[in-house]
Amino acid sequence: MTADPLAQAITVARALEETGELVEGVPAPDTGALVEGYRRLVLARRLNEQASALVRQGRLAVYPSSRGQEACQVACASVLGDGDWLFPTYRDTAAIAARGVDPVEVLSMLRGDWHCGYDPVVHKVAPQATPLATQLLHAVGVGHAARLRGEDTVVMALCGDGATSEGDFHEACNFAAVFAAPVVFLVQNNKYAISVPLARQSVAPSLAAKAIGYGMPGVRVDGNDLVALDHTLGEAVARARAGQGPTLVEADTYRMESHTNADDATRYRTDDEVAEWVGRDPLRRVQTYLRAAGALDDAREDEIAAVAEEMAAGVRAGLGAEAAVAPEELFAHVYATPTPQLVEQRAGLRTELAFEEA
Amino acid sequence: MSEPKMTMAQALNTALRDALTADDAVVVFGEDVGALGGVFRVTDGLHRDFGERRCFDTPLAESGIVGMAVGMAMNGMRPVVEMQFDAFAFPAFEQVTSHVAKLANRTRGALRLPMVIRIPYAGGIGGVEHHCDSSEAYYAHTPGLTVVAPATNADAYGLLRAAIESPDPVVFLEPKKHYFAKEEVDVGAGVPPIGRAVVRRPGADATLIAYGPSVPVALAAAEQAATEGRDLGVLDLRSIVPFDDETVAAEVRRSGRAVVVAEAPGFASVASEIAARVSERCFHHLEAPVRRVTGFDVPYPAPKLERHFLPGVDRILDAVDTLHWEDAA
Repeated sequence: MTADPLAQAITVARALEETGELVEGVPAPDTGALVEGYRRLVLARRLNEQASALVRQGRLAVYPSSRGQEACQVACASVLGDGDWLFPTYRDTAAIAARGVDPVEVLSMLRGDWHCGYDPVVHKVAPQATPLATQLLHAVGVGHAARLRGEDTVVMALCGDGATSEGDFHEACNFAAVFAAPVVFLVQNNKYAISVPLARQSVAPSLAAKAIGYGMPGVRVDGNDLVALDHTLGEAVARARAGQGPTLVEADTYRMESHTNADDATRYRTDDEVAEWVGRDPLRRVQTYLRAAGALDDAREDEIAAVAEEMAAGVRAGLGAEAAVAPEELFAHVYATPTPQLVEQRAGLRTELAFEEA
Repeated sequence: MSEPKMTMAQALNTALRDALTADDAVVVFGEDVGALGGVFRVTDGLHRDFGERRCFDTPLAESGIVGMAVGMAMNGMRPVVEMQFDAFAFPAFEQVTSHVAKLANRTRGALRLPMVIRIPYAGGIGGVEHHCDSSEAYYAHTPGLTVVAPATNADAYGLLRAAIESPDPVVFLEPKKHYFAKEEVDVGAGVPPIGRAVVRRPGADATLIAYGPSVPVALAAAEQAATEGRDLGVLDLRSIVPFDDETVAAEVRRSGRAVVVAEAPGFASVASEIAARVSERCFHHLEAPVRRVTGFDVPYPAPKLERHFLPGVDRILDAVDTLHWEDAA
């Protein structure tokens, strides 16, 4: 870490080189914890692969994959405590699973059952946000409410590089800084907003550098380096918990797949560029380090792979079954008590359903 | 014994004060609501009396205000936020329509948002272009929002208390031309249920249906009509969503004629919805088509032209004259 705020916001912090070697001067990580981190990376990768496969099989309507971003997905969840909140976007299914939510519940949204498949209160995970950057303000509100009550809750708010162009990104950063809200903003800079490259979003020296204008620390970190992410996000969480306010973290990463299955990334980026990022794979980097450190062998790898396969089988089984939907539920949650108009419309639908069944 | 007289601003202030006292989860925030007490003084003294934790100024950003309120409501608070003027609420529109209205449904009721968005609304004050909008149609068209517009100072108190107590998000439209008019207010009268219209004046010949700032105009029209031998009733909706079909239909069936009065441009408006509902529900009781007397379909006019835009007594009575009255001869 450097004392110069702009340098800290521009220089990419790294702990593991792309080759898997420890960066000079960085203290060696706890290998036990890192093996657990590696296990979570493998699970996240397997979840991305499984969900994408389910789209190809027609079981899910769509899946925005975070393949290539698994280190961000794992780190943002693992630095949080039970009482903390996570605010994910549509691309953060693996982060929600890493937080402990059953992936079947998360993905049931993409099967078309309902707009959110898990209970956000139980898990302290907000619904996945489809509109960009709007959820960042909710994160600030959750954090500010906790502070007003004297609780030490921390809120992890996720968005992508494209979202930093939205007005709500600006308002959320500014509100968080002004109220010293306990929020960590993690921008997963995966270089593309569907097809539009980063250069069309911003010509700032970095996205983290925007933090300086709000009067909060901005930190740029290698988003494919689990060790660096754990360290950077862990520090930001500790600052927030200690009442020192928000941090803007920019993770330098890459979206390895198209925006979704409906997108065609070959129209706007080159194979060479993608190949370059294959070499920076977040899993292999940790794997290489742990193997060299003697903390990971074939037997342990097999165990981890088996756990991942078990998880994938559970996802297939859970999402393979057709979920029954209840048409009358359309009216159940709009208001705490349905309005007379909704009661009337529900009765109309009930009549239609009775005719369908007859 | 008569109740104390207060302005609508004072009635709203009293409601906020009583709600802050009654429930520690209530917080009030927005632009200039702290030391200044709001540009209309609705939050006067709240910052002084309840402190920075309960009533505070925010950065000047309406999406930020509403978005932060969503998060606070998610986490146990009952935020009451002020949009400084109707048109200044539009930057928050995405938050209102995409999240405030939908989060409870999205989460199958796991996350309800007990929050109130107070909006000084409508015209008649000689204000500039962006200080006079009647924006109720945007909100009423969005499922998940409760939309309330008091017409009297007593209702301003009671409905704001009810809005703050509601488990659902409420858009609370305050007719700004009434902020400084004094009326008797009984704060002990209890909290009226949201969703119930009230008959302000019974009338056998026709029913004027109004809400918010149009209610006193309708009452004045009925007063004028009475001198001309016509008995017009006035119905104050109080709540646009939920809509009180029952009371509205009962009144119109009794009188057989209806005129809807509202300031907002008439095309695709709340007034249009009311006219359609009345026609659907009361067709066989109607002596004449339901008429609408609304603002013209133009942007809110400059102050010198305002009186030509706003529905006034004469325009209401002209509409009443067209309701297929049988010739006395």
